[in-house]
This record gives sequence, C-alpha cells and structure tokens, in this order.
Amino acid sequence: MTQMPFDIFVLPFTLGMSLLFAYLLLKYAHWIWLLPTDDKLRILKGFFSQKSLRACGEIFMESLLHRKIFRVDKRLGFMHMSLAFGWFLLIVIGAIEAHTYAGGSAPFYFPIFFRFFVPYEADFFLSSVYVQLMDAALLLVLTGVGMAFAKRFKSNIVGMKKTTKLRRRDKAVLYSLWLIFPMRLLAESTTSGLHNSGGFLTGTLGTIMSYILPLQYMEYPLWWGYSIVLCIFFLGLPTSRYMHIPTEMVLIFFRNWGIKLRPDNPILEEVMILSCPRCGICIDRCQLNTNLNINDTQAVYFLQRIRRNEDYTAQANNCLMCGRCASVCPVGIDLNAIRNRRRLNFTPKEVVLPYDNKQQRQAKVVYFAGCMGHLTPHIKNAMVKILQASGDDFWFMDEEGGVCCGRPMKLAGQVDAARQLMDKNRATILQSGATVLVTSCPICYKVFKEEYNLNISILHHTEYIEQLLKSGKLKVTRQDMMAVYHDPCELGRGSGIYEQPRNVLSAVANLTESSNERRDSLCCGGSLANLTLPSAKKHELAKQTMQVLTANNPDLVATACPLCKRTLQRAGDTLVMDIAEVVAKAMECK
Amino acid sequence: MKHIAIIGGGPAGIESAASLAQLGYRVSLIEKSAELGGHLSQMFTLFPDGRNAAEVLSELIAHARQKNINVMLNTEVIDAQRNLSGFTITLSNQKTVTADALLIATGFRLFNVARKEEYGYGIYKNVINSLQMEKKLRTGDLTMANGQMPKRVVFLHCVGSRDEKVGNNYCSKVCCVTAVKQAIEIKKMNPEIETFCFYMDIRMFGPYYEELYREAQEKWKVVFVRGKISEAAENIDGRLQIKAEDTLIGKPLRMQCDMLVAMAGMESTADAKFAQTLNVARGLNRFYSSTDNYLRYNNTNVEGVFTAGTCTAPMNIIDTIANARAAALSIHQYFSK
Repeated sequence: MTQMPFDIFVLPFTLGMSLLFAYLLLKYAHWIWLLPTDDKLRILKGFFSQKSLRACGEIFMESLLHRKIFRVDKRLGFMHMSLAFGWFLLIVIGAIEAHTYAGGSAPFYFPIFFRFFVPYEADFFLSSVYVQLMDAALLLVLTGVGMAFAKRFKSNIVGMKKTTKLRRRDKAVLYSLWLIFPMRLLAESTTSGLHNSGGFLTGTLGTIMSYILPLQYMEYPLWWGYSIVLCIFFLGLPTSRYMHIPTEMVLIFFRNWGIKLRPDNPILEEVMILSCPRCGICIDRCQLNTNLNINDTQAVYFLQRIRRNEDYTAQANNCLMCGRCASVCPVGIDLNAIRNRRRLNFTPKEVVLPYDNKQQRQAKVVYFAGCMGHLTPHIKNAMVKILQASGDDFWFMDEEGGVCCGRPMKLAGQVDAARQLMDKNRATILQSGATVLVTSCPICYKVFKEEYNLNISILHHTEYIEQLLKSGKLKVTRQDMMAVYHDPCELGRGSGIYEQPRNVLSAVANLTESSNERRDSLCCGGSLANLTLPSAKKHELAKQTMQVLTANNPDLVATACPLCKRTLQRAGDTLVMDIAEVVAKAMECK
Repeated sequence: MKHIAIIGGGPAGIESAASLAQLGYRVSLIEKSAELGGHLSQMFTLFPDGRNAAEVLSELIAHARQKNINVMLNTEVIDAQRNLSGFTITLSNQKTVTADALLIATGFRLFNVARKEEYGYGIYKNVINSLQMEKKLRTGDLTMANGQMPKRVVFLHCVGSRDEKVGNNYCSKVCCVTAVKQAIEIKKMNPEIETFCFYMDIRMFGPYYEELYREAQEKWKVVFVRGKISEAAENIDGRLQIKAEDTLIGKPLRMQCDMLVAMAGMESTADAKFAQTLNVARGLNRFYSSTDNYLRYNNTNVEGVFTAGTCTAPMNIIDTIANARAAALSIHQYFSK
C-alpha cells in the first residue's frame, strides 16, 4: 500500500476501541494478579496445555454458536447466535478481505471502514466472494437485531415468557449496539450506490437508494455515525451488561484451567458476575416468578444488584436454591454458590453446638438418617428394615440422635459452625472403620460427598438399595401401583442422581412419567435454603408442584428426600412416600 | 310455624334446638352419627371444676326432648339449595327437607396428628392424641399398648395449632387447659405416674383456669417445660425418646417417657359440600366467618344461614352452649323483623 488510508471520522471508533482494549488488558492483568498463588500456578500449567484448546472450543460453541441457549429454545438460540456469530464473521472475514487487499499491514480501523476506503469494485484475489460473504454475515446480524428488537415488545417471539427488565443505562448501550448494524448497512449501501459496487444486500439497497435519495450528501455523515455508535458502544461496554462478551471468555479459560469458586477469594466470583449477559433465561425457570409472581430475586437481578453495589440482602435470602436457574444458565455461572457466598456477609457467626453424641461402634456400613430422617420416622424405620434384611454389618450412627451434617448451617452462611459439626461427624465415621456411608437425606448426602473428604463410598439410600437389588441381597415383589417420581433438587440437579431412584422404583412399582423430570424437576417448596418466604407461600409452591406430579393420577408420588416427602404430603391427596418405604413394603409382600 | 334445620347434633346443635323450640319454632336436628353429643360424648370431665361431661350432655339432651324437635340420627346432609321459600336440604336417606332457616352447628374436626410425622403418631403405639387420652380417663384404663402402667406421661401442647407449617396459625384455645386437666386426672388416678407438659405458651383464658394451672404445679407436681418437642422415636426397649429444647434455659434436652399425648388442635368443618353450594363465607383460618364479629356473630353472609359453636372458631363447652343460645335468638330476631 502506497499511502496510509485515513479520514478523520475513524477517530471516534479508534479512540473507543483503544480505550476499551487498554481497560480490558488492565482488568485481566489485575484479576490474575489478585488470584491466590495456587490458582496462578494452575494458569501457568494450563496455559500451554490441551485445557486452553478445550477452552477455545468451548468459547466457539457457547459464546459464538450459543449451543446451550439452542437447547432451551431454538428461536432464542438463533437470535443469540446470529448476533454473536454474525458479528464474529464480519470481523474475521472483514479482516481477511482488508488484509488481502492491502497485501500486508494496514491500520486496525481499516477493515472496519474498508468499504469507505475501497468504494469501487476492487479486483484482488476472491474479492467478489468476500463482498457477498460480508453481506451475508451482515444480514445474519441484522436478523438477530430484528429479533432482539421484537423481543423487547413481545418476548414470546423467542420463546420467553418474561425478559429481563432493563434500566436506563442498559438501554442506552443496548440501543447503540442495535444501531451499529443498521448504520453499517446504510453507510455501506450508500457508498455502494454511489460507486455501483457492493454485494447482494448493500449493492441492491444502494442501487434502490440511489434512485430516491441524494446519496452524495449522505455518505460522509453515515460513516461518521457508524464510527460514533461504535465508540459509544465500546465506551459503555465496561459498565454495561455487554462486559459479558470479553469476560465470559476469561471465565471459560479459568474454568478449564481448574480455578474454582472459594470463600477466600472473590476474583472468580467477580468474573462470573460480569459474565452474566442478562439473557433472562433464569427468569422463566424460577418458581418464585412463575408460581408466586416474585420478580426481583431471580439470578439475573441478584447479580445485577451485586454489580451495582446495591443492597441485595433480601434477594440473597429469597431463593430456594433449587438450582433450576443454574441448570440452564448458558454461561454456566455457579449461581447457588454466589448466592451462598453473599449470605456470609450478614449472618451471625456465633453458634452453640447441640448435645454431644458420644456413641461409637465398629461396622462395615454406617447409616446416617439425618435430622430430616428423624422427623420422618416412616423413612428411617423402613431403612432399618432394609439394612437388617441386607445382611450387611451396619451401625445406625445417629439412632439416639446425632450431630447435624452441617449443611443447613452452611446454606445459612454459617461456615465456621458448619465446619465444627462436620469435623465431629467425620471423626465418628472414620473411627467406625466403615467402608460405606448410607444416608437418607440428599441434603446430608451432598455435603458428605463434597465437603467431608471421606475416602469411603458415600451412598444415598436409593443408590444403596439399587446395589442390594442388583446383587440379589434384597428380594422385593412388585406392587400393583402406578408411581410417579419426584426428583429432589439436592439429589438430582445437586448431585446428579437421576437413574438409581428410578431403577429402584421400577422394581417395586409401575413407574410413570411426569412433565417436569430430572433437570427440569420442580422444587417441592420446602427448601431449607429460603429464609424469608412465608410458610403459606411455600405451601402454595408445594401445591402447584403436587398438581404437576399428579397430572396423570398416579397412585403414589415417590420421592427420595424426607424434606420433599414432608412438604408434598401436606400439599395434596395423593399418597406420598419415600422410595425406601415403598421398598420396605414390597419386601413384606412375598 | 317456621321450620329451622340444624345441621349437627353436638352440644351447639342440641342447645340451639332446645332454645328455638322454646321460642316457638319447629326444628329438625340432623345428626350424621347414631347418637347426639358430638365430641362431648367422648369427654371425661370438664374444666375448670371437673364436672362430669356425661352429666352435662344428658341434661342438654333432656332439655331438647320437646315435641317440636325432630331428631334425625344417622342422617347426613348431602347438599342444600336456597330458593324463594327458604332451603331445600338433600339428606343421605334420599329424603329432602325444606326449611325457612338453616343453622350450621357442625363443630370441629380434630387435627390428624399423623400429619406431624415427627411425633410418630400411627407409628409408635404409645403416641396418642388428646381425645384418646380422654377415653383412657373415661374408662379408667391408663395402661399402655402392652398392658403395663406408664411411669411417665408427656403432654405436648399446640399440635396442629399455632403451627404455620400445617397452615393453622390460630390457637385452638382449649388444649392448654385440657392438658392441665388430663395431667391432674392422671395424678388423681395414679399419683405414681410422672406427668410433663411441653408448651410454647400457656394460655389459660377462662375463669379459674389459671388457678387450675397453679394447682397442677403446686398440688399435683405436674412439670411444665417451655419448648416444643421436635421429634419422638421408639427405643429398643419400647420406650419413647423425645427431643426438645428447654427454651427457658436455652438447652436441648432428651427424655424417655412411656406415653406421649399430642394435644391435637381443632380444624374447621366448613369445607362441607352444602356450605360450598350455598357459598357460605369462610375466614383465613377456614372456619365460617360472621358478618360482624361483635354484633352479628351467628349471622353468615348468606341470608337465612346461621352458625353456632365450634364451626365458627375453637371454643370450650361453656362458650359453645352460650353461643348456641345466642344463635337461636339471632334466628328469632331474623324472623321477628
């Protein structure tokens, strides 16, 4: 290239872009700087490994193609994909086109305003193909913008009942984003119309416009306009929700390198919060919204409050922690963990330990009914019967009352108190010499698995019973009853146990399906995690969940969590039992 | 002669029937079971002064033995319709009755303690409800399921009352004094038996109730512990183990006992089909509600439909009888307008 192409209108864009890049570089460096040493080492180790490649693949699939959103709704997926992937294509193809033309180096604004600097039909390698490809990519983005625009008026168009409520600042940046592409279309079409060039979109539109509009007066202001909206968008990005675009990539890399959310370091949490695109998919998943019309506590609003330094006490507490939002979050933000971390800040830290359980025994299998197991004696009695029939050498660890597993305290944000309880239980379990720990309560189960560091097999009773049935240690007779299974949040979404309860239930009853199963299972409403929802409201949730479960008139609603059982059995007329009770009953009928 | 149909033959129904007949009305007293008396027929003694419940009931019934009262036993009201001339009531014996006014006196339903699974009612044989204890006192047989005499009996207050989790926020009023009375009766029969009451608050609302509570502690050595029982379980030797928190000293406690008596609360019977057909209004506590809590307590939102007794709120026998007479007078005022 003989002479560097320049025009003064590129300055707003150049300024905005440079400032944004500088800001992001500083931000990234700051994050990495603040990470604890072991996490820094993880980055060092992971950087030149397959993990980085995997992260790139994930960025392509999720940040550009938006595979997870496609799974939620195809229209919504297409909207997000067309915006992200379309823009990506515009940048990549545009860069190749401009650099091919320039035959080497060119200023970084050159590809963006290529059509202005090269308005005529240039002749270089594949030039005509690039023109058409660029128009195709622009059309793709414009389709997305059109859908996003329509979604603001009627979210049903893209399969959403409710979309995120926006504030003034969000809207300003949103509109500048929407304007970028129509501005580009108009600017390029004007130039094409004046010089008889352009592809199927800009060329055609330019020709039509040239008949009715004084294009020569419009061209320059439009390119100025294009540069200015880009500048506004870039400058507004760090404080708007569009910060998610550069941050989500960081999150994906961090996650692939093995950096985890932990209480003592806030960096990953900050990255997660900034990665939230406020797509609002969590809103329709939240039963507080769909059933109780509570519309300020969903993950998207909660994260927004944290980001804006607004009081989030009520929102942190008003959550069932059922995990329905996290299971569909396209960014994979650990929403429950963030909510839980934020509860730490305002819960009292002093706690009195309950009475000491001094009992100790040796056994191969240790059974822990848990507090909830004791509050539902039908379940623990059924388990004792099953354990006796199994022939296993077992010890009912908390038969005379025991120490809580610690998870309710953890959920309430009292981490230190929870730790004390856990240490006590851990010592008792290890001293028993057991190789298997069986528990009836998914709440206990999750904490035993994730926090206790026990090098023994930890089983929920549905897993244990499944093993007994498989090995023939337990004999049952199938009951002539139609049963529907309710996936408890903590066991299903929380611990990934979906099949074992179904296998056991199929052996003792005729299992039927429900419209909300597995990952989509509804919360029973009895959640221990919500400290503010009044009982009457919880009961309302329970009734609605029960209605969904009993839609096909089953004889029995079976579940695998004492808390779900207690909650659901008060919410309808259909018999509610724990799977252990059904099995114990099926053992009698020989 | 105006005809009043009274639904429910418990103390409220019986006494309002007697009063209405005296005021010159013809009355049909419709009772679903085989005899009159309702829950009162299952009671042993009444508080505060230990009056024999059977005596009170037989006097009530004697009062209602009047020529203008037609008692229909083993008869259930299937449905009721309001029309221009009054009410048409469909009965379980295929018959219909027409009436000029309707008095609902369907009483209460005892809270099903099995709904609080943690207390083990229906699982452990020696967990009983307060009405079952009343029967034990009436028959004079305090023995446990295995035929032996209990050494320690524990009463648990507020089962199904003042309990948000079962949706009953209200106080059932009579359970506190019933527990005190039953504990005293046990002591009278067998002073060897230890008795404990676990409560949240002691609500001694009636005259001489407070004195009875004091007597229970001073004379009969009934022990009162402030704190609700969280769970009950059966030991290997068949005794019950209960867990609670003594909230006065702020310490959790465990205790062995032989019998656990759950002081079951009162629940509404206002979900009856006929009431739904007639659209009789209910309050948040699901009991029938009045058009005016002060001046027209026995009037419902439906013209010609009145209520009496515990179908409107938990009440003791004294208040129920007074309320039944008030209902009769309200009906009389309605027709004298």
